[in-house]
Amino acid sequence: MEATSVKASATFSGGVHPAGNKELSSHKPTVTAALPKRVVIPLSQHIGAPCKPTVVIGQEVKKGERIGETGGFVSAPVHASLSGKVTAIGAFPHSLGMDVPSVVIESDGKDEWVAGLRETPDYTLLSPEELKKMVLDAGIVGMGGATFPTHVKLSPPKEKPIDVVILNGAECEPYLTSDHRLMLEKPKEIVEGLRILMRILNVKKGHIGIEANKPDAIAAMQKAVAGSSDIEVWPVKVKYPQGAEKMLIKAVANRTVPAGGLPMDCGVVVQNVGTAAAIYDAVRFGRPLVERYVTVTGRGVKEPKNFLARIGTPFSQLIEEAGGLTGDAAKVIAGGPMMGMSQYNLDVPVIKGTSGILVLPRAEVSTKSYGPCIRCARCIDACPMMLQPSLLGLFIEKGHYEDARDYNLMDCFECGSCTFVCPANRPMVQWVKRAKRELAKKKN
Amino acid sequence: MEAPAKEQPKEHPRTQPELIVSIGPHMRAEESTAKIMWTVTAALLPATLMAVYYFGIPAILVIVVSILSAMISEAVMQKILKKEVTVSDGSAFLTGLLIAMNVPANIPLYIPAVGSFVAIVITKQLFGGLGYNIFNPALIGRALILVSFAKPMTTFTKPVLNVMSLDAKTMATPLAVLKEDGVAKLLELYPNIHQDLLLGSRAGSLGETATIALLLGAAFLMIKRYITWHIPIPFILTVGVLTWIFGGKEGLFTGDWLFHIMAGGLILGAFYMATDYVTGPSIRSAQIVFGVACGALTALIRLKGGYPEGVMFAILIMNCFAPLLDRGMRSRVFGKAEAKGVKK
Repeated sequence: MEATSVKASATFSGGVHPAGNKELSSHKPTVTAALPKRVVIPLSQHIGAPCKPTVVIGQEVKKGERIGETGGFVSAPVHASLSGKVTAIGAFPHSLGMDVPSVVIESDGKDEWVAGLRETPDYTLLSPEELKKMVLDAGIVGMGGATFPTHVKLSPPKEKPIDVVILNGAECEPYLTSDHRLMLEKPKEIVEGLRILMRILNVKKGHIGIEANKPDAIAAMQKAVAGSSDIEVWPVKVKYPQGAEKMLIKAVANRTVPAGGLPMDCGVVVQNVGTAAAIYDAVRFGRPLVERYVTVTGRGVKEPKNFLARIGTPFSQLIEEAGGLTGDAAKVIAGGPMMGMSQYNLDVPVIKGTSGILVLPRAEVSTKSYGPCIRCARCIDACPMMLQPSLLGLFIEKGHYEDARDYNLMDCFECGSCTFVCPANRPMVQWVKRAKRELAKKKN
Repeated sequence: MEAPAKEQPKEHPRTQPELIVSIGPHMRAEESTAKIMWTVTAALLPATLMAVYYFGIPAILVIVVSILSAMISEAVMQKILKKEVTVSDGSAFLTGLLIAMNVPANIPLYIPAVGSFVAIVITKQLFGGLGYNIFNPALIGRALILVSFAKPMTTFTKPVLNVMSLDAKTMATPLAVLKEDGVAKLLELYPNIHQDLLLGSRAGSLGETATIALLLGAAFLMIKRYITWHIPIPFILTVGVLTWIFGGKEGLFTGDWLFHIMAGGLILGAFYMATDYVTGPSIRSAQIVFGVACGALTALIRLKGGYPEGVMFAILIMNCFAPLLDRGMRSRVFGKAEAKGVKK
């Protein structure tokens, strides 16, 4: 019997311990999903300005061909994920819960790469600037779910020197196993991606943080870096939200990102392991980001699985390939159960940030109403940002948004730990989102 | 940005018409307000059993009347206020039980009934119900009946280990003896005072006598993490230290601190009443201050005040300060210190 966990003490203060539920899919090797007949590729799959379409209806496109041009610096281009014909450009449902301008491509079944992809057997011959350009051109964004354009993180201002690069393999969201599988199946690619990142940022030391509940992934990554001293693998404590950027930096580098600041404010850049693998593909083979690992799991699907799926594949197709919904399936979530978004339409497409599709059966979906706050302080203990969620909830419930802001509302990154532990079932995250929106409205 | 022209009518086929949509997190811990209340109630079970063991049927009557009064008050009041009736959450039950724990066994039964009524109706529901009361309901209930019915509330009976102890002999509590008559008299009445205090074989309110039973329940609550050390331990230590320094007749540092820790309602108050979530601070550092202040006030009242016991008033006074302590000692946000450093 393999060890199910290794010892790790590196962590942050606060956090919660939801049941992992990763055994549903963690041992299942990734399978390549069937080539979709039709993909819907949103022109906004990242934080920042949406893309402008560069194709017209009726145009033939090849896999990897650019179909959306960046809309600004904080943006990333999008590419066709299969070869075929553009049949529609318009607003289509998106997993964020709204309709987003998208390009629809009907597959021609040939799945041909676009011509002229540039292969680079030795990336060390390229300058950091050239490498960064390749990352941008490949449309790479943070694949852990935040979808922040990667090239922006790789362009820190001069006064913020970076000396630490951390790869995030924590995968602290329950259920999800796509990063876990990736680390087992493509450790060399991840490590090479990290070395490219280090070259771009001119950093000598790289780190990989992995939650201790994945001993096989830790072993695989350690094997991939064996014999070299430039990269270190760190088992970190199993605790949600260990994979949140600020918490991982605390655990691995023992640095604290200033409140309201970014990792670069303490000299750190964090990238997801999937992002690193995508960077390797982009640099080595010139391939843009057109596919990703997606875990389809939960007790609401018949056969939980890990897929390598094209961007734009409808959720419904992957769910079918995972055996379909069970009779009591009640909630479909894009991402993990803590920060994922529940879906009302299963035709939404996989995007660059879709790490998983989680289907919960009715019995696991709480529809209890919430009660009064009994000030038990569980949320205060759980908050990784050391906020007072109970108080934020009381303020926002009564519409006192400014008071909530005075109690550091803006430092909340909505991890959901407070809501997870609340015995009165109070929807703190929902309130925080509401307050942020209301305050933004007032500002404008 | 310009929205691309809509060249195709929207189509939103719903493959699964009955999907539940809500904001995350989509997983919840197995915890509820009711579970917390009933667990605290369960932790009081050893002390309740000891009360019945020592004081017999009168104890049972007091307990039943207090709890019924609390639950009926809650249900009726919630009906009148047109709120959801939540007696099943255990909160009123617990308040009633705590009232019973805080009165003598042979008290006329209408008195604890009034105490429970005041606790639930005035202290809790009229302030907005669960979560919104400023003062600990059970303690306000007790404070009111203590000043209104001073005689029966301070006439204690000797534990007799007799189920039919309806005509039990009256006896003063150890703290009252110490206050009125001094140490010599205390040792005359209670030759094995420390042992009596530990096991509960002494005069006192129902639930405060058996220190060992209270500690058992408290340990259970701490292991289960329903309460933490931050309030009760500083509370008890402060009483111990201050009574050791100032409590002796032969000068400083001669006080019997162990006696003071186990006597009166300190153990009951520190572990079961000062730890009330609603009326205490929720920031950990503020809880320590709260505990120390409760302890200091208790020692002050016991050693210098008019009442032999001060736990109740100490907690009630500090209840007023709980929000202020929380505000004054709010937790330091992750990275706030570093953020200041950056601005410089």
